[in-house]
Amino acid sequence: MALKIVKGSIDRMFDKNLQDLVRGIRNHKEDEAKYISTCIDEIKQELKQDNIAVKANAVCKLTYLQMLGYDVSWAAFNIVEVMSSSKFTYKRIGYLAASQCFHESTDVIMLTTNQIRKDLSSPNQYDTGVALTGLSCFVTPDLARDLANDIMTLMSHTKPYIRKKAVLIMYKVFLKYPESLRPAFPRLKEKLEDPDPGVQSAAVNVICELARRNPKNYLSLAPLFFKLMTSSTNNWVLIKIIKLFGALTPLEPRLGKKLIEPLTNLIHSTSAMSLLYECVNTVIAGQYWESVGNLCVQKLRILIEDSDQNLKYLGLLAMSKILKTHPKSVQSHKDLILQCLDDKDESIRLRALDLLYGMVSKKNLMEIVKKLMLHVDKAEGTTYRDELLTKIIDICSQSNYQYITNFEWYISILVELTRLEGTRHGHLIASQMLDVAIRVKAIRAFAVAQMATLLDNAHLLTGNTQRNGICEVLYAAAWICGEFSEHLENPMQTLEAMLRPKVATLPGHIQAVYVQNAAKLFATVLKGEEGNTDGTAAQEASQLMIDRLPLFVQSANLEVQERASCILQLVKYIQKLQQKDVEVAEEVNALFAGELNPVAPKAQKKVPVPEGLDLDAWINEPPSESESEDEQPKAIFAKEEPKHSRPRHTEVDEKELARRREARKQEQANNPFYIKASPSSQKVYQEAPGVEHIPVVQIDLNVPLKVPGLPMSDQYVKMEEERRQKERAEKKKKEKKKRKEKRSGRGKKHDSAPESEEDITPAHMVDIVTEEMPENALPSDDDERDPTDPHKALDIDLDKPLADSEKLPVRSHRAAESQKSPTDGETENATLQEPKKKSSKEKREKKKDKERDRKVYDIQGNLQDGSQVVVSVIFENKCNSFLKSMEFNVLDSLNSKLQRPEGSGPHDGLVVPFQLPPGVSNEARFVFTVQSIVMPQKLKGTLTFIVKNEDDSTHEKLDFKLHFTCTSYLITTPCYSDAFAKLLESGDLKSSSIRLEGVNMPFHHLLARICFHHHFSVVERIDSCASMYSRSIQGHHVCLLVKTTVSIDAKCDEPTLLGNVLDEIKQTFSQC
Amino acid sequence: MFIVVLCDCLSLPPTPSSHLFIHISCFVIPSFQMQFMLLFSRQGKLRLQKWYVPLSDKEKKKITRELVQTVLARKPKMCSFLEWRDLKIVYKRYASLYFCCAIEDQDNELITLEIIHRYVELLDKYFGSVCELDIIFNFEKAYFILDEFLLGGEAQETSKKNVLKAIEQADLLQEDAETSRSVLEEIGLM
Repeated sequence: MALKIVKGSIDRMFDKNLQDLVRGIRNHKEDEAKYISTCIDEIKQELKQDNIAVKANAVCKLTYLQMLGYDVSWAAFNIVEVMSSSKFTYKRIGYLAASQCFHESTDVIMLTTNQIRKDLSSPNQYDTGVALTGLSCFVTPDLARDLANDIMTLMSHTKPYIRKKAVLIMYKVFLKYPESLRPAFPRLKEKLEDPDPGVQSAAVNVICELARRNPKNYLSLAPLFFKLMTSSTNNWVLIKIIKLFGALTPLEPRLGKKLIEPLTNLIHSTSAMSLLYECVNTVIAGQYWESVGNLCVQKLRILIEDSDQNLKYLGLLAMSKILKTHPKSVQSHKDLILQCLDDKDESIRLRALDLLYGMVSKKNLMEIVKKLMLHVDKAEGTTYRDELLTKIIDICSQSNYQYITNFEWYISILVELTRLEGTRHGHLIASQMLDVAIRVKAIRAFAVAQMATLLDNAHLLTGNTQRNGICEVLYAAAWICGEFSEHLENPMQTLEAMLRPKVATLPGHIQAVYVQNAAKLFATVLKGEEGNTDGTAAQEASQLMIDRLPLFVQSANLEVQERASCILQLVKYIQKLQQKDVEVAEEVNALFAGELNPVAPKAQKKVPVPEGLDLDAWINEPPSESESEDEQPKAIFAKEEPKHSRPRHTEVDEKELARRREARKQEQANNPFYIKASPSSQKVYQEAPGVEHIPVVQIDLNVPLKVPGLPMSDQYVKMEEERRQKERAEKKKKEKKKRKEKRSGRGKKHDSAPESEEDITPAHMVDIVTEEMPENALPSDDDERDPTDPHKALDIDLDKPLADSEKLPVRSHRAAESQKSPTDGETENATLQEPKKKSSKEKREKKKDKERDRKVYDIQGNLQDGSQVVVSVIFENKCNSFLKSMEFNVLDSLNSKLQRPEGSGPHDGLVVPFQLPPGVSNEARFVFTVQSIVMPQKLKGTLTFIVKNEDDSTHEKLDFKLHFTCTSYLITTPCYSDAFAKLLESGDLKSSSIRLEGVNMPFHHLLARICFHHHFSVVERIDSCASMYSRSIQGHHVCLLVKTTVSIDAKCDEPTLLGNVLDEIKQTFSQC
Repeated sequence: MFIVVLCDCLSLPPTPSSHLFIHISCFVIPSFQMQFMLLFSRQGKLRLQKWYVPLSDKEKKKITRELVQTVLARKPKMCSFLEWRDLKIVYKRYASLYFCCAIEDQDNELITLEIIHRYVELLDKYFGSVCELDIIFNFEKAYFILDEFLLGGEAQETSKKNVLKAIEQADLLQEDAETSRSVLEEIGLM
């Protein structure tokens, strides 16, 4: 034995310690990897020895190597060995290594449970401390479950050093093992009043973090926190409490009133910027705006004016939050924000840019953009310049070009932007050009002229290959010139420009557009020359095409080649006809007849699935069982985006088209969701400025793109100003007249206030063409929620298991705590949780044809909140009369209530916000609050409306029933097999089973049907059985095991709900 | 019976989609305000890393690489905050070292700066005007100090004095052990 120790010690003398290792790595800069691999070999040898000191040294070195990015997971077991050493020196190293290297999937963590428990109860507080620190880094659900009780005991340890660590780590335990929240909460609450300020602040931290995610369960603690807030002087604690109140006040408005005073005091008195910033943020987010808002904006102004870059940045950040809710308050600080655009710090400039977006109005748009254009010229670095460019376009195009009064100015801004060197955003400019030219009819002539100039000077854009991004603009230019070629003054010249040999160096997709649009131009040229007796011009055009097109026929790009050879043949044919003096212009033009209108982005999605089309049915025979076995069963049932194929209309005659267009227009007019053609404010104030009111602009087509000195857009700014002035003057005159007239009647005072937003009339008849919707499009405004929202996942993490704990019998080893907890009313409260914001796309559909077939109700339950159900009702008018003044009313039950606007009685109906012409359908949504979801329910309701015929109108009434099935409260929730198994193992679920009789369908059809109709998802599928999972909006788990023998075993934590769901499943299958 | 069958299901290898799920969702994980802290040199060499959220090594490396690049690319006079993925990054340079923390959207940047500063003060007090080499050669001490100051990403002790006291006492324990060991070793050698 002695010999062994001696041997170990001698060996150790030659071992490298950490310092040697670090030095060695620094000395081997060239062959670091090689050096480290020899070191690792040494470490492996050291780890094989029995001497714990050697092992600890090796583990310490490994921790260092891990930080450098080397994989040390192979040494996990050795780390556990070192952790379990009785000597603090080694234990400390072991726990450090573990906290750096272990993660949830490290399997040796299981082995540590007892060691950690021993350390936690060690008489030495530093052993306990080290164990707690380590645990905070690598706690797993298993560890949390097994050690929760030990840690909870430590919360009442005699040493504050341990208490505060234990309190903090409880938060991590709650996250991993939510069931522990309820038993531990009373003790945690006690710690809010711990004599030690460190422990107190730790408890505040934990409760604030918990409450931030689920505020409503912590409302009862508000008085306690209020006391702390007014008494505490610790800024760290105050920040947390203020954050907590920020989360609580939306739920309890009275709290807001009470907080105003202490909050105002803090804002006035505190010298800590972090606290001030927190207060301001809370005010912005909360209900205090009316009383403290102005104070906050003042304070923010001070922050922004500060020389500290950090404060400036945060000030702007907070301003951008205010902008969303109170834009007026920010707009008054425009000067300051524009000043920030000159800041030397790019991140501050970007923040200021963000703010500008919300600050523009019709009045100041031109001024702001002008300033930005100056910055574009000055900007260094392409990223910032590109950012400026996108911002300019964003600002101008926002809300359907709401703020643009002069589109000529905008086009010229876009043209100026094309001069940017090396921008990546050519396509963005191009799409704006296209959009404006297509949608603003009045501007087409001007746009075409500008685009023709661009094409003429294409060499300026393409001259440098480095500036490739910008040549996208030529794509737009070519298309606009071709499509709207009737506005071209000299189509022949443009045609020539488009067929220059240099074009062949452009990217393929642009060449293709060039070729196609050259053909359009050619058609226009022919048309223009039609009347002329001498056809030389037309023939010249044909000759030009025939001369130049072969270049494109040789193109390597298929698209270009194909289009070019088609058009070339066509032109050759036309030339022949021309030589015979045949008039061809009309026929050539017919090739390009008709107008292309933009299509709304969601158009495709809104086409309803035609009746009788089952999207889930197989088109071909399903693959045989044996094949699908090795595939993932989930893939089969995964909810694929239904792809609606638009039925192809062949041979639809003109009349039919016209009729449909008419019907569509009428439908749009009655559709509250439809975005109308132009912003209404503009329309109202336009005193019908016809085409002749458009100021005639002198367009000098010979102006080269690079104008030295005055940029083009400036000239429009000036013109616009003059125009506005003139308009104002005219208006004043009119007003005076009016006032005179009025004065005789009433002595009312009219302030000629400074030019307000609405007074500015746009220079053009801004006829913004709306995007087209396909026929039959559902008018629903179904905005999809972001499925990747991290907080949604986070919500589940926190809430789902907590809801379980309501009914969970507490584990045996914590029996003592569980007995205590139910007596405490507040804990009960604390864990009463419901999932928030879960939306379900599942729909429960039901149709009811009334005897006279007047209406169809499609009732689609859309579940959002733990207690809210949104019901979409589609009203379809099937009779030949006009329906109006519809009122929707439901007889509330104790459990379910229709949400009515404030101030209306419990039996008042809701007015349906639209009228229905014959044959039109529309959708309205109604929100219901539901308390218990375990039972299905039927609600009776009536719809009253007026039927209007040509000569008379009658009042009528329609009764209906809304059927809330239990299935409609289920949300398809994916569940992974491990989580699923855990859920079942927990033994908290009640089981039940049914047999489905007489079902003869393939197994996967059966599963698909359950998934579709009852909102389940398949967890796992093996030959003859499949496990399925779903969750209710209130967090009940429902698990199914479906077998090919068509029996279903089911488990759920709420037996009544389960029974009803199973009944409904049975019913589904009895119908088929 | 029900559970038996499902255990069978479990023995199947996890589906790729479940991996994917873990991969995607791993990013913003509820934690106290801090998600992780990195210390790196001007040359981009990592000197210290502390993760308060469980991430795979691969993900950690990726984040570290990206962040080090982003932060080093910033000009000296720029402000200390940047938005990165869903997180806010707060960093500050002290001599040749960058201290860089990631916090969640709703957290307070200024208090995080204060945490960084407090940590630097602690290192300074402990090592006596700290330099990068102190942290390189005593990296475990730097970790111990950090662990006494922050737990699970939250400041556990706002008093500098208390943190240093705890560290000193733990060190004392360690030295006791070391001296007793060296005595043993001498005996062994004899």
